[in-house]
Amino acid sequence: MTRSRLVTALLVLGVVVLIALPLVLDGGTSEFAGTDATAAALAEERGAQPWFESVFSPSSAEVESGLFALQAALGGGVLGYVLGRLRGRRLAERSREDGGT
Amino acid sequence: MHIAEGFLPPAHAVGWTLAAAPFVVHGARRVATEVRERPENTLLLGAAGAFTFVLSAIKLPSFTGSSSHPTGTGAGAVLFRPPVMALLGTIVLLFQALLLAHGGLTTLGANVVAFAVVGPWAGYGAYRLTRRVGGGLLPGVFAAMVVADLATYVTTAAQLALALPDAETGIAGALVKFLSVFALTQVPLALGEGLLGVLLFRALTANARPELERLGLLAPAPEPAR
Repeated sequence: MTRSRLVTALLVLGVVVLIALPLVLDGGTSEFAGTDATAAALAEERGAQPWFESVFSPSSAEVESGLFALQAALGGGVLGYVLGRLRGRRLAERSREDGGT
Repeated sequence: MHIAEGFLPPAHAVGWTLAAAPFVVHGARRVATEVRERPENTLLLGAAGAFTFVLSAIKLPSFTGSSSHPTGTGAGAVLFRPPVMALLGTIVLLFQALLLAHGGLTTLGANVVAFAVVGPWAGYGAYRLTRRVGGGLLPGVFAAMVVADLATYVTTAAQLALALPDAETGIAGALVKFLSVFALTQVPLALGEGLLGVLLFRALTANARPELERLGLLAPAPEPAR
Protein backbone atom coordinates (compact mmCIF):
# COMPACT_ATOMS: atom_id res chain seq x y z
CA MET A 1 0.00 0.00 0.00
CA THR A 2 2.74 2.46 0.92
CA ARG A 3 4.57 1.60 -2.29
CA SER A 4 1.43 2.34 -4.27
CA ARG A 5 1.03 5.67 -2.44
CA LEU A 6 4.65 6.55 -3.27
CA VAL A 7 4.08 5.85 -6.96
CA THR A 8 0.96 8.05 -6.92
CA ALA A 9 2.87 10.86 -5.22
CA LEU A 10 5.70 10.62 -7.74
CA LEU A 11 3.26 10.71 -10.66
CA VAL A 12 1.58 13.84 -9.25
CA LEU A 13 5.01 15.38 -8.68
CA GLY A 14 5.97 14.61 -12.28
CA VAL A 15 2.89 16.45 -13.59
CA VAL A 16 3.55 19.46 -11.34
CA VAL A 17 7.22 19.61 -12.39
CA LEU A 18 6.34 19.45 -16.09
CA ILE A 19 4.03 22.45 -15.66
CA ALA A 20 6.02 24.46 -13.12
CA LEU A 21 9.49 24.05 -14.63
CA PRO A 22 8.77 26.10 -17.77
CA LEU A 23 7.57 29.00 -15.60
CA VAL A 24 10.58 28.80 -13.29
CA LEU A 25 13.21 28.36 -16.03
CA ASP A 26 11.71 31.17 -18.09
CA GLY A 27 12.18 33.79 -15.39
CA GLY A 28 9.38 36.04 -16.63
CA THR A 29 10.62 36.74 -20.16
CA SER A 30 7.83 35.01 -22.08
CA GLU A 31 4.15 35.85 -22.24
CA PHE A 32 3.00 32.24 -22.60
CA ALA A 33 0.54 33.16 -25.33
CA GLY A 34 -1.80 30.36 -26.34
CA THR A 35 -0.76 28.36 -29.42
CA ASP A 36 -4.32 28.52 -30.83
CA ALA A 37 -4.17 32.33 -30.84
CA THR A 38 -0.63 32.30 -32.27
CA ALA A 39 -1.76 29.99 -35.06
CA ALA A 40 -4.72 32.28 -35.81
CA ALA A 41 -2.38 35.28 -35.99
CA LEU A 42 -0.05 33.34 -38.32
CA ALA A 43 -3.03 32.37 -40.48
CA GLU A 44 -4.14 36.00 -40.76
CA GLU A 45 -0.57 37.01 -41.64
CA ARG A 46 -0.73 34.49 -44.45
CA GLY A 47 -3.92 35.97 -45.82
CA ALA A 48 -6.71 34.09 -44.07
CA GLN A 49 -9.83 36.23 -43.99
CA PRO A 50 -12.28 35.18 -41.29
CA TRP A 51 -15.71 35.13 -42.94
CA PHE A 52 -17.81 34.17 -39.95
CA GLU A 53 -18.02 35.58 -36.42
CA SER A 54 -18.53 33.56 -33.24
CA VAL A 55 -22.22 33.45 -32.34
CA PHE A 56 -21.34 34.43 -28.79
CA SER A 57 -18.08 35.87 -27.46
CA PRO A 58 -17.37 36.33 -23.76
CA SER A 59 -17.35 40.09 -23.26
CA SER A 60 -14.14 40.18 -21.21
CA ALA A 61 -11.14 38.03 -20.30
CA GLU A 62 -12.67 37.64 -16.84
CA VAL A 63 -15.93 36.25 -18.18
CA GLU A 64 -14.00 33.96 -20.50
CA SER A 65 -11.78 32.56 -17.74
CA GLY A 66 -14.90 32.04 -15.63
CA LEU A 67 -16.49 29.98 -18.40
CA PHE A 68 -13.30 27.94 -18.80
CA ALA A 69 -13.35 27.35 -15.05
CA LEU A 70 -16.98 26.24 -15.38
CA GLN A 71 -15.96 23.70 -18.02
CA ALA A 72 -13.19 22.33 -15.81
CA ALA A 73 -15.49 22.28 -12.78
CA LEU A 74 -18.19 20.32 -14.64
CA GLY A 75 -15.62 17.77 -15.79
CA GLY A 76 -13.90 17.55 -12.41
CA GLY A 77 -17.22 17.24 -10.60
CA VAL A 78 -18.45 14.38 -12.78
CA LEU A 79 -15.08 12.62 -12.60
CA GLY A 80 -15.05 12.85 -8.80
CA TYR A 81 -18.65 11.62 -8.60
CA VAL A 82 -17.88 8.61 -10.81
CA LEU A 83 -14.71 7.62 -8.91
CA GLY A 84 -16.59 8.03 -5.61
CA ARG A 85 -19.49 5.87 -6.82
CA LEU A 86 -17.12 3.17 -8.10
CA ARG A 87 -15.19 3.14 -4.84
CA GLY A 88 -18.39 3.00 -2.79
CA ARG A 89 -19.64 0.13 -4.92
CA ARG A 90 -16.41 -1.79 -4.35
CA LEU A 91 -16.36 -1.20 -0.59
CA ALA A 92 -19.99 -2.28 -0.30
CA GLU A 93 -19.28 -5.49 -2.23
CA ARG A 94 -16.30 -6.22 -0.05
CA SER A 95 -18.13 -5.74 3.22
CA ARG A 96 -21.02 -7.88 1.89
CA GLU A 97 -18.55 -10.67 1.10
CA ASP A 98 -16.98 -10.37 4.54
CA GLY A 99 -20.37 -10.24 6.29
CA GLY A 100 -21.92 -13.18 4.38
CA THR A 101 -20.84 -16.82 4.66
CA MET B 1 -5.80 22.74 -31.74
CA HIS B 2 -8.93 24.87 -32.06
CA ILE B 3 -8.99 26.52 -35.47
CA ALA B 4 -10.72 29.84 -34.81
CA GLU B 5 -14.20 30.61 -36.14
CA GLY B 6 -14.28 31.59 -39.82
CA PHE B 7 -10.60 30.90 -40.47
CA LEU B 8 -11.08 28.01 -42.90
CA PRO B 9 -12.30 28.86 -46.41
CA PRO B 10 -15.93 27.77 -46.98
CA ALA B 11 -14.95 24.83 -49.23
CA HIS B 12 -12.63 23.47 -46.51
CA ALA B 13 -15.24 24.09 -43.81
CA VAL B 14 -17.84 22.09 -45.76
CA GLY B 15 -15.33 19.36 -46.65
CA TRP B 16 -14.18 18.77 -43.07
CA THR B 17 -17.77 18.86 -41.82
CA LEU B 18 -18.74 16.16 -44.32
CA ALA B 19 -15.66 14.14 -43.33
CA ALA B 20 -16.45 14.40 -39.62
CA ALA B 21 -20.20 13.72 -39.78
CA PRO B 22 -20.17 9.93 -40.32
CA PHE B 23 -17.70 9.45 -37.45
CA VAL B 24 -19.90 11.48 -35.10
CA VAL B 25 -23.10 9.66 -36.14
CA HIS B 26 -21.38 6.29 -35.74
CA GLY B 27 -20.00 7.43 -32.37
CA ALA B 28 -23.46 8.48 -31.19
CA ARG B 29 -24.80 5.03 -32.12
CA ARG B 30 -21.96 3.34 -30.22
CA VAL B 31 -22.65 5.43 -27.11
CA ALA B 32 -26.39 4.60 -27.29
CA THR B 33 -25.63 0.87 -27.70
CA GLU B 34 -23.14 0.93 -24.84
CA VAL B 35 -25.63 2.59 -22.48
CA ARG B 36 -28.48 0.28 -23.51
CA GLU B 37 -26.63 -3.04 -23.51
CA ARG B 38 -24.11 -2.47 -20.73
CA PRO B 39 -25.67 0.06 -18.35
CA GLU B 40 -23.05 -0.86 -15.74
CA ASN B 41 -20.50 0.92 -17.96
CA THR B 42 -22.39 4.24 -17.97
CA LEU B 43 -20.35 5.49 -15.01
CA LEU B 44 -17.07 4.81 -16.84
CA LEU B 45 -18.47 6.46 -19.95
CA GLY B 46 -19.13 9.54 -17.81
CA ALA B 47 -15.55 9.37 -16.52
CA ALA B 48 -14.17 9.27 -20.08
CA GLY B 49 -16.21 12.33 -21.09
CA ALA B 50 -15.43 14.20 -17.89
CA PHE B 51 -11.70 13.56 -18.25
CA THR B 52 -11.50 15.15 -21.68
CA PHE B 53 -13.81 17.96 -20.50
CA VAL B 54 -11.39 18.91 -17.71
CA LEU B 55 -8.15 18.50 -19.62
CA SER B 56 -9.22 20.47 -22.69
CA ALA B 57 -10.30 23.40 -20.48
CA ILE B 58 -6.91 23.93 -18.87
CA LYS B 59 -4.20 25.83 -20.70
CA LEU B 60 -0.75 25.02 -19.40
CA PRO B 61 2.62 26.73 -19.88
CA SER B 62 5.30 24.93 -21.83
CA PHE B 63 9.07 25.18 -22.33
CA THR B 64 8.69 27.16 -25.55
CA GLY B 65 7.31 30.22 -23.72
CA SER B 66 3.80 29.63 -25.02
CA SER B 67 0.90 27.73 -23.54
CA SER B 68 -1.54 25.15 -24.81
CA HIS B 69 -4.03 22.61 -23.53
CA PRO B 70 -4.01 18.81 -23.40
CA THR B 71 -6.81 16.80 -25.03
CA GLY B 72 -7.59 13.89 -22.70
CA THR B 73 -9.16 11.85 -25.49
CA GLY B 74 -6.82 8.87 -25.14
CA ALA B 75 -8.47 7.60 -21.94
CA GLY B 76 -11.91 7.11 -23.47
CA ALA B 77 -10.39 5.61 -26.63
CA VAL B 78 -8.67 2.94 -24.51
CA LEU B 79 -11.78 2.27 -22.39
CA PHE B 80 -14.46 2.18 -25.08
CA ARG B 81 -12.60 2.27 -28.43
CA PRO B 82 -12.30 5.46 -30.48
CA PRO B 83 -15.82 5.82 -32.01
CA VAL B 84 -17.27 6.73 -28.62
CA MET B 85 -14.82 9.62 -28.36
CA ALA B 86 -16.04 11.03 -31.69
CA LEU B 87 -19.31 11.94 -29.92
CA LEU B 88 -17.83 12.91 -26.54
CA GLY B 89 -15.13 15.05 -28.20
CA THR B 90 -17.73 16.78 -30.37
CA ILE B 91 -19.75 17.72 -27.28
CA VAL B 92 -16.63 19.31 -25.75
CA LEU B 93 -15.89 21.24 -28.96
CA LEU B 94 -19.51 22.43 -29.26
CA PHE B 95 -19.48 23.67 -25.66
CA GLN B 96 -16.29 25.64 -26.36
CA ALA B 97 -17.46 26.97 -29.74
CA LEU B 98 -20.81 28.18 -28.41
CA LEU B 99 -19.91 29.48 -24.94
CA LEU B 100 -16.21 30.35 -25.09
CA ALA B 101 -15.73 31.59 -28.68
CA HIS B 102 -12.98 28.96 -28.73
CA GLY B 103 -12.98 27.13 -32.02
CA GLY B 104 -16.16 27.71 -34.00
CA LEU B 105 -19.14 26.32 -35.88
CA THR B 106 -17.59 26.75 -39.35
CA THR B 107 -14.40 25.06 -38.13
CA LEU B 108 -16.21 22.47 -36.00
CA GLY B 109 -15.82 19.77 -38.66
CA ALA B 110 -12.06 20.25 -38.95
CA ASN B 111 -11.64 20.45 -35.19
CA VAL B 112 -13.74 17.30 -34.69
CA VAL B 113 -11.55 15.42 -37.18
CA ALA B 114 -8.38 16.48 -35.30
CA PHE B 115 -9.62 16.23 -31.69
CA ALA B 116 -12.32 13.56 -31.74
CA VAL B 117 -11.34 11.29 -34.65
CA VAL B 118 -7.61 11.33 -35.50
CA GLY B 119 -6.44 11.84 -31.88
CA PRO B 120 -8.47 8.97 -30.38
CA TRP B 121 -7.67 6.57 -33.23
CA ALA B 122 -3.93 7.35 -33.11
CA GLY B 123 -3.98 6.97 -29.32
CA TYR B 124 -5.86 3.68 -29.58
CA GLY B 125 -3.32 2.45 -32.14
CA ALA B 126 -0.48 3.33 -29.77
CA TYR B 127 -2.31 1.47 -26.96
CA ARG B 128 -2.81 -1.68 -29.05
CA LEU B 129 0.80 -1.59 -30.23
CA THR B 130 2.08 -1.24 -26.65
CA ARG B 131 -0.07 -4.18 -25.49
CA ARG B 132 1.02 -6.31 -28.45
CA VAL B 133 4.73 -5.89 -27.67
CA GLY B 134 4.00 -7.00 -24.12
CA GLY B 135 3.40 -3.67 -22.35
CA GLY B 136 0.89 -3.61 -19.50
CA LEU B 137 -2.27 -1.54 -19.18
CA LEU B 138 -0.57 1.51 -17.68
CA PRO B 139 2.26 1.82 -20.23
CA GLY B 140 -0.42 1.38 -22.89
CA VAL B 141 -2.51 4.18 -21.40
CA PHE B 142 0.54 6.45 -21.20
CA ALA B 143 1.32 5.84 -24.89
CA ALA B 144 -2.32 6.38 -25.84
CA MET B 145 -2.59 9.72 -24.04
CA VAL B 146 0.70 11.07 -25.43
CA VAL B 147 0.05 9.98 -29.02
CA ALA B 148 -3.61 11.14 -29.03
CA ASP B 149 -2.51 14.59 -27.83
CA LEU B 150 0.33 14.99 -30.35
CA ALA B 151 -1.64 13.53 -33.28
CA THR B 152 -4.44 16.04 -32.66
CA TYR B 153 -2.10 19.02 -32.91
CA VAL B 154 -0.24 17.66 -35.94
CA THR B 155 -3.61 17.23 -37.67
CA THR B 156 -4.60 20.83 -36.88
CA ALA B 157 -1.29 22.07 -38.33
CA ALA B 158 -1.91 20.01 -41.48
CA GLN B 159 -5.45 21.37 -41.83
CA LEU B 160 -4.20 24.96 -41.59
CA ALA B 161 -1.38 24.23 -44.07
CA LEU B 162 -3.87 22.76 -46.55
CA ALA B 163 -6.02 25.88 -46.30
CA LEU B 164 -3.12 28.34 -46.43
CA PRO B 165 -0.30 26.88 -48.54
CA ASP B 166 2.93 28.80 -48.84
CA ALA B 167 3.40 30.88 -52.00
CA GLU B 168 6.82 29.36 -52.77
CA THR B 169 7.13 26.20 -50.73
CA GLY B 170 3.51 25.08 -50.99
CA ILE B 171 1.66 22.97 -48.44
CA ALA B 172 4.83 21.39 -47.07
CA GLY B 173 6.36 24.78 -46.31
CA ALA B 174 3.16 25.94 -44.60
CA LEU B 175 3.02 22.72 -42.61
CA VAL B 176 6.51 23.34 -41.22
CA LYS B 177 5.45 26.83 -40.12
CA PHE B 178 2.23 25.71 -38.42
CA LEU B 179 3.96 22.72 -36.83
CA SER B 180 6.57 25.09 -35.38
CA VAL B 181 3.72 26.88 -33.56
CA PHE B 182 2.17 23.72 -32.12
CA ALA B 183 4.52 20.77 -32.01
CA LEU B 184 7.34 21.60 -29.56
CA THR B 185 5.01 23.38 -27.13
CA GLN B 186 2.84 20.29 -27.04
CA VAL B 187 5.54 17.74 -26.15
CA PRO B 188 5.81 18.40 -22.38
CA LEU B 189 2.03 18.81 -22.16
CA ALA B 190 1.52 15.47 -23.87
CA LEU B 191 3.91 13.81 -21.41
CA GLY B 192 2.07 15.43 -18.49
CA GLU B 193 -1.21 14.22 -19.93
CA GLY B 194 0.29 10.73 -20.16
CA LEU B 195 1.09 10.81 -16.44
CA LEU B 196 -2.45 12.04 -15.64
CA GLY B 197 -3.86 9.16 -17.68
CA VAL B 198 -1.76 6.70 -15.67
CA LEU B 199 -3.11 8.28 -12.44
CA LEU B 200 -6.69 7.91 -13.70
CA PHE B 201 -6.23 4.26 -14.66
CA ARG B 202 -4.51 3.47 -11.36
CA ALA B 203 -7.60 4.81 -9.61
CA LEU B 204 -9.84 2.83 -11.96
CA THR B 205 -7.83 -0.38 -11.47
CA ALA B 206 -8.16 -0.01 -7.71
CA ASN B 207 -11.88 0.78 -7.72
CA ALA B 208 -13.36 -0.60 -10.93
CA ARG B 209 -11.39 -3.77 -11.60
CA PRO B 210 -14.43 -5.91 -12.58
CA GLU B 211 -15.55 -3.23 -15.07
CA LEU B 212 -12.07 -3.05 -16.63
CA GLU B 213 -11.99 -6.87 -16.84
CA ARG B 214 -15.36 -6.92 -18.61
CA LEU B 215 -14.06 -4.32 -21.07
CA GLY B 216 -11.11 -6.65 -21.77
CA LEU B 217 -8.46 -4.24 -20.48
CA LEU B 218 -7.31 -6.43 -17.61
CA ALA B 219 -7.07 -10.19 -17.39
CA PRO B 220 -9.37 -11.59 -14.68
CA ALA B 221 -7.35 -11.69 -11.47
CA PRO B 222 -7.21 -14.74 -9.25
CA GLU B 223 -9.19 -14.37 -6.02
CA PRO B 224 -7.35 -11.54 -4.22
CA ALA B 225 -5.65 -12.51 -1.00
CA ARG B 226 -6.94 -10.35 1.80
